[in-house]
Amino acid sequence: MMKMKKISFTLNGVEKEFEIDPNERLLALLRRNGYKGTKYGCLEGACGACTVIMDGKAVASCLVFAFQAQGRSIVTIEGLGDGPELHEIQQALIDEGAVQCGYCTPGMVLSAKAMFDENPTPDEETIKVQMDGNLCRCTGYEKIWSAMKKVSASHRNGGKR
Amino acid sequence: MKPVEKMKVVHQSVKKIDAPALSRGKHLFTGDLTPPHALHIKMLWSPHAHARIKSIDVRAAEKMPGVKCVLYHGNVPRIIHCTAGQGYPEPSPYDTVMFDKKVRYVGDRVAAVAAETPEQALDALDAIKVQYEVLEPVFDYDAALRDGAPVIHDEPDAFVPIPVPYEPKKNIVAKVGMKAGDFEKGMREADFTFDQTFETPYAQHCPIEGYISWAQLDPHGRIVITTSTQVPFHTRRIVARTLDVPVQKIRVIKPRIGGGFGCKQEMLLEDVVAMVALRTRRPAFWALTRAEVFRSGRTRHPMRLRLRYGVKKNGDISAIGLDIINNTGAYGGHGLTVMSCSGSKVLPLYHVENIHFDAKSIYTNLPVGGAYRGFGATQAYFGVESMVDVMAEKIGMDPLRFRKRNHIVSGESHPAFEALGEGKPGAPMTIGSCSLDECIDKGAREIGWDRRTPPSAKTGRFRRGIGMSIHMQGSSVPEIDMGAASIKMNDDGSFNLHVGATDLGTGSDTILAQIAAEELATTADKFIVYSSDTDMTPFDKGAYASSTTYLSGEAVRKTAAKVKEQILKVGAEMLHKNIDEVDVDDAHVVARDGSGKVSYQDIALRSLYEANQFQIAAIESHVTHKSPPPFTAHFAEVEVDMETGKVRVLKYVAAVDCGTAINPQLSEGQTEGAVLNGISYALTEEYRFDESGKMTNPSFSAYNIFSLRDKPEIKTILVPSYEETGPFGAKSVSEISINGPMPSIANAIYNAAGARVYQAPFTQERVWRAIQESKKK
Repeated sequence: MMKMKKISFTLNGVEKEFEIDPNERLLALLRRNGYKGTKYGCLEGACGACTVIMDGKAVASCLVFAFQAQGRSIVTIEGLGDGPELHEIQQALIDEGAVQCGYCTPGMVLSAKAMFDENPTPDEETIKVQMDGNLCRCTGYEKIWSAMKKVSASHRNGGKR
Repeated sequence: MKPVEKMKVVHQSVKKIDAPALSRGKHLFTGDLTPPHALHIKMLWSPHAHARIKSIDVRAAEKMPGVKCVLYHGNVPRIIHCTAGQGYPEPSPYDTVMFDKKVRYVGDRVAAVAAETPEQALDALDAIKVQYEVLEPVFDYDAALRDGAPVIHDEPDAFVPIPVPYEPKKNIVAKVGMKAGDFEKGMREADFTFDQTFETPYAQHCPIEGYISWAQLDPHGRIVITTSTQVPFHTRRIVARTLDVPVQKIRVIKPRIGGGFGCKQEMLLEDVVAMVALRTRRPAFWALTRAEVFRSGRTRHPMRLRLRYGVKKNGDISAIGLDIINNTGAYGGHGLTVMSCSGSKVLPLYHVENIHFDAKSIYTNLPVGGAYRGFGATQAYFGVESMVDVMAEKIGMDPLRFRKRNHIVSGESHPAFEALGEGKPGAPMTIGSCSLDECIDKGAREIGWDRRTPPSAKTGRFRRGIGMSIHMQGSSVPEIDMGAASIKMNDDGSFNLHVGATDLGTGSDTILAQIAAEELATTADKFIVYSSDTDMTPFDKGAYASSTTYLSGEAVRKTAAKVKEQILKVGAEMLHKNIDEVDVDDAHVVARDGSGKVSYQDIALRSLYEANQFQIAAIESHVTHKSPPPFTAHFAEVEVDMETGKVRVLKYVAAVDCGTAINPQLSEGQTEGAVLNGISYALTEEYRFDESGKMTNPSFSAYNIFSLRDKPEIKTILVPSYEETGPFGAKSVSEISINGPMPSIANAIYNAAGARVYQAPFTQERVWRAIQESKKK
């Protein structure tokens, strides 16, 4: 076995300690520890299925070494809660019919969350740029696109959708 | 026939039932369910396109740390099989064994290692010593067919289980064809004739979840395979054969799957995970890397299409000749059926009396062709719908009008329906529902067809053009494929709906619940849907051939109708009425005279606990007798950079007649997904190979599938019709719209630039060359 090393970081708001293999990626570490909403897609940072939020920015966790998470704040899809209410981004994607196979959806939700956290009312160009790293082969993006525009519009209208 | 307006659950955009859990990233996919102590499998792939394995030494690998099992041709049974998931017996060659002494493409299996960690498995692969005798490879159509060409399948045990043409010594996988009228006469009688060749590339489905499977033995020693498949029942049958174990010993479970689009209509990983689990008594897990998905997964068959047409000045098409060479790569599982559909889903679209159709599938030492959304029709429509524009221009007719005067309509038949089946004759069919004219009109209005001007009217560097195409597909494989469903009622008036049908992300679990709910006069959320588990659900052929809504949906409707009879009987007893004096409404049995009603919950409680007890439940099956086509009209507006050849799609319109859209939002989603996949297939997607036959762009970034930023505005228009033979009037929707972008964009490029492209994808270079060519004329 590889030499294991201990790191700690804030995961979904809670300070946690993990044993890591110095070569492993954050994606592998998360999945190994049960955070399986972070999906494996391409391992080259091209599809966004493994997106997590690191210190407020959406990143492809397949390109981040686990040790790079040391001291950072990481949000995974599990961090958006499991209560009766869905996060507004999840709800918008469902309402618009943007969830087909759903494999890209958690990554899509987190890229969107990072975008809306930084700018609650992104314009169309900003949405296109910010969501460009998340591939979806099922929907043709049309309904993802309209979900994002609706969330942005609802923020503009003070939360009413 | 129930009018669509009176339906309460069908034709409603019910939210997809699995969407909340999916959006929360719950553990729903194959890779989320793998036990932590599973062995990891890695494959040694062939570096040669064509070679014999002279010797292979796995002893050092077997002794490596963590290695538990090595599989290669020397230690597994040699059982010839077909990996394509199709009805049995397949119209396809049995030309594959688990591991062979010969490799037939770069990416073919050589040996597998199962170890405690993936790194240990990879290290052990390096320790396997293989000596190859490299053979001359075959990489293109002409090389495969020339006299004395290297024989790719020279193994003596390859065969086809039903009598269809198979000539492996000539590298011919299959032949199909048909004739009607007198093609030569039709060409002679034409005012203008045309003879043009088109080529389409290798392409990959690119589901975001690639191929992934794991297997373990249950406490009784049965093999349980959890896998991302479109065909769980076919997979069970094929694995049983390949491992020489009874079907009874195998259970295949399909959890949620992360997209398929046809590439998972195949038994591709399951034999190996099952064999490792059997040998080691340990769970065994295997997922392909993205590069492996590209190189060793399934692809869209490249085709070379020769189109010959005769047309008269008045717009009659007097003859069509369609000759196809279909490259199936190294193995031929879908070789016959794909090109059969190139004829059967395409030729009937237009009135032409004199028809010549001749298609062959050939082996080459390149990646393996499989099922891919559109299934052969996609490639043929590129040629056909390009030529329709060419003919219309020649006779000076608006291509929209030319299509309207020549396309098939309700009440008509076509000889191709009967002539072209899957290894046997097809089913004769008269077209029932068809709203194609309305699709054309509505699509034309949306794109602004009226403002379309000829290429000669365009000037400047950036020129805009509008193109269109029309299409049909099918719904299910008639007289061959079967789907079944079972429904049982629970204490509270909810139901378990079990279907073999395979939801690969399309939302079929949801629409099947809607169909059951409509028939049972309750709501879709009263159904607990469980699908695709060979131990727990009835049989279904799986998700392919645009059949889940039309075929499996009708099985569900019939099952629900049987359950309804039982509910009515109990309700009538409780209301002291005859069965013909009661009806179902809003989850109640109601007396028609308004004298009383009982709830489904009370009916369930009575039948389970109180009086004349029995389980309200039913199982039904369905086989279709026709394959009613959905129809569509597609329109693209593009901008061509005359200096660089760059093409940008500005707007895309798809007007679709899928009968009754069971769930309009999901039907739109199917259309939009197919359209964007088709657009990137038309503009960027293709396999590139080096001289050794190795694919050189096996990554999302190098292969270049479209992202949100690449997406043009896509407008879907659902145009209703009512297919009498489908559940609540439904036909299929998922495949048809991938056929449109390639010809629509080609026609739009011509309309913009006056230059026609015959080879896809329409890269900058190809478009630029076509522009230079057109300037010479």
